[in-house]
Amino acid sequence: MLKLVDVVTHYGPIRVLKAVNLEVRAGEIVCLLGGNASGKSTTMKTILGVVRPTAGTVEFEGQRIDRLPTESIVRRGISLVPEARRIFARMTVWENLAMGAFTRQKAPPGELAEDFERVYALFPRLSERQQQPGGTLSGGEQQMLAIGRALMARPRLLLMDEPSMGLAPALVDQVFDIIQAINRQGTTILVVEQNATVALSIASRGYVLQNGRIVVHDTAAALLGADHIRRAYLGEN
Amino acid sequence: MADVLQILPQQLVFGLALGTVYGLIALGYTLVYGILFMINFAHGEIFMIGAYVGWWVLSWLLQAQVGGLHPVWVVPLMLVHAMLFAGLLGVLLERFAYRPLYMRGATRLGPLISAIGASIFLQNAVMLTQGARMKVYMTSLLFPRTWRFQVAGVSVSVLVLVMVGVAAVMMWGLHLLVQRTSLGRSIRAVAEDREMAAIMGVNIRRVIGVTFFLGSALGGAGGVLVGLYYTQIDFFMGYSAGLKAFTAAVLGGIGNIRGAMLGGLILGLIESLAVTFMNPAYKDVVAFAILILTLVFKPTGLLGETVSDWEKV
Repeated sequence: MLKLVDVVTHYGPIRVLKAVNLEVRAGEIVCLLGGNASGKSTTMKTILGVVRPTAGTVEFEGQRIDRLPTESIVRRGISLVPEARRIFARMTVWENLAMGAFTRQKAPPGELAEDFERVYALFPRLSERQQQPGGTLSGGEQQMLAIGRALMARPRLLLMDEPSMGLAPALVDQVFDIIQAINRQGTTILVVEQNATVALSIASRGYVLQNGRIVVHDTAAALLGADHIRRAYLGEN
Repeated sequence: MADVLQILPQQLVFGLALGTVYGLIALGYTLVYGILFMINFAHGEIFMIGAYVGWWVLSWLLQAQVGGLHPVWVVPLMLVHAMLFAGLLGVLLERFAYRPLYMRGATRLGPLISAIGASIFLQNAVMLTQGARMKVYMTSLLFPRTWRFQVAGVSVSVLVLVMVGVAAVMMWGLHLLVQRTSLGRSIRAVAEDREMAAIMGVNIRRVIGVTFFLGSALGGAGGVLVGLYYTQIDFFMGYSAGLKAFTAAVLGGIGNIRGAMLGGLILGLIESLAVTFMNPAYKDVVAFAILILTLVFKPTGLLGETVSDWEKV
């Protein structure tokens, strides 16, 4: 479904991604692991066309997307739950969700209403706070809003950048349960995480990114079991 | 002193009329600032050109000897033409004078200097094509001097009511557009977080273009209203009116739509008070003293955000 081949991305003169090869197949949850500054978020931004790769190709559903503007890439069915949530703080919860459905303005109103209901069913808290500005929500609620907003686009591929960051442990489990539920409803997911153990427990495969290169790639079970990999690359003891 | 108090209500009516028009023009500064963090210093010239377009429409109607001139249809005709022309001009300005700069990552100063250049260019273009002498709006043919009535001892002309009414309807329309429609949501999204707006599927360039169109069209409408009110226009009128409206936008909190309207009203009223209680020659001194005082003591304006925009660049 998504395929990155030898992707190189620069920020100015700095080569952040040196050679990223990565594939996500339809229906999977794939996990991209790595420490700080390893290039995880840059990989996400490159897929979305927010930054342009200087070499290599990005394919989505068999077509190259690495030269398209961001809004065209998004319209093909990719959504992002960004790092640090980045909800629209001055807009209400309802307006944030409506922004998520921005690419689907021509959808029949009944269909959009269904999607609002689906998000509210997943996150009842959001339903209670529809008219509240996003900036007044708690961190956990903002994360729910960021996930709900991404789902409103009915993505075929959902990119999630550190969904567990800054959340209380109980909330982390809840978020990962929801990620699994979303996946079971038919959405393919690529999740970037520092919290390797939790992420691998729901993923089918994992990639480890270090210094802008994929250094390890295996099934999630194998990565979870391989102590030396976790010690060497994921900073665990 | 008794004399002054007698004319005060009258002056306040003028101030209200002037203030709503300042607010209308100020919206152009504030809308553009809200999404690009740049001051479009050519906005005053767009306002001036709006006044010229209104004058062309009115003069054409008079020359063609179209009978039955009545403000009910003539004023909307002037407004529509001025707004379309000014709006398109704003879009062209953004496309050719500003976008090439900010797309290549120029500093904030780049587009600002380009705007000053565009302002000088437009002033001179109008002077060369339309002549340096002032044009006269035949307002009295549309609004006869007898069209006025007394409200509690204050004489209010129909023209002033039309000005306030047109400005208020346009501000209300803009408010609804920005707060209630999908287009308005996308404008607010771009203003708040451009990258996330793109990730939602918003075409950023189009939203910037639409914003320039809206702001410039309101400026053009302001030009027609000012032309009708003062009855004399020239190629240089955008300079001081633009600075006044900019003051109004800063006073209300630049980037804030309600702030622009509020700032316009306050500035108009203060100016009319200054004319009443001081030598009228000090009118502009008072207006720009407000600009300086706002920038020194409350740079975010009355309704502005506390976030420093310097951090966003």
